[in-house]
Amino acid sequence: MSVVESATPLGEARGLGSARSGGSEWLAERVTSVALLLLGVWFIASLLMLPGLDRATIAEWLNAPSGAVPMALFVITAFVHALHGMKVVVDDYIPDEGNRFALNTLLLFLAVGGASLALFALAEIAFGGTA
Amino acid sequence: MAAVNDRPLSPHLTIWRWGPHMLVSILHRITGAGLTVIGLPVLVWWLLSVSEGADAHARFIAVATHWAGLVVLVGLTWAFFQKTFAGIRHLVMDSGMGFELNTNKTAAILTIVAAIVCTAAIWAYFLGAGQ
Repeated sequence: MSVVESATPLGEARGLGSARSGGSEWLAERVTSVALLLLGVWFIASLLMLPGLDRATIAEWLNAPSGAVPMALFVITAFVHALHGMKVVVDDYIPDEGNRFALNTLLLFLAVGGASLALFALAEIAFGGTA
Repeated sequence: MAAVNDRPLSPHLTIWRWGPHMLVSILHRITGAGLTVIGLPVLVWWLLSVSEGADAHARFIAVATHWAGLVVLVGLTWAFFQKTFAGIRHLVMDSGMGFELNTNKTAAILTIVAAIVCTAAIWAYFLGAGQ
């Protein structure tokens, strides 16, 4: 997913404007947002249509591929989109390059950790005979 | 990027009369951060509680159905819909449409109304149906 960067040679030399990977990050944020639109509607609609929200019903729902696969995609896409979004916020409000790098690295670790935890839980529900 | 930091900043937040489009713009950022910082941990905790067992899930349900837990869940639902409708509006604007003043203002107001209506409808259903 690549976008032609808009920096002019002069702007790049002065360190002004988009000289790095902003274009593809911008596009990736839009692509994940479209995916999340579909998966988010699926998530809400599923919760509304399930006969109940007790553990047995949820486990049975997430035991089948029709529940487990979209939920895994929802988790992954949500964490990727959230990470992109938080990076934009950090890039906007943290002027110091060192602090910005540290905070973005921390956010990356949290996102990877959180998504992994959710996928582990999902795998246990789907394969561990929870239901 | 040290060269950029000492550049003058034109006044922005302080000089504009507030309008719906500005409210939706900042809500898009706030709801995104809220869904990330609160929503994703809740999603991970919920999936983990289902995978771990009846006791863990009962603890999740106890917190989720406490009045403070319900306030958080209703808030997350609203944030999801506000973010979703504003996100659709942003995708339309990314394509270059919807910048006429009245269209833009109307669309901004519509995202606020639609988010409140959807949140109210869903929680009327959940609380009315008694799970």
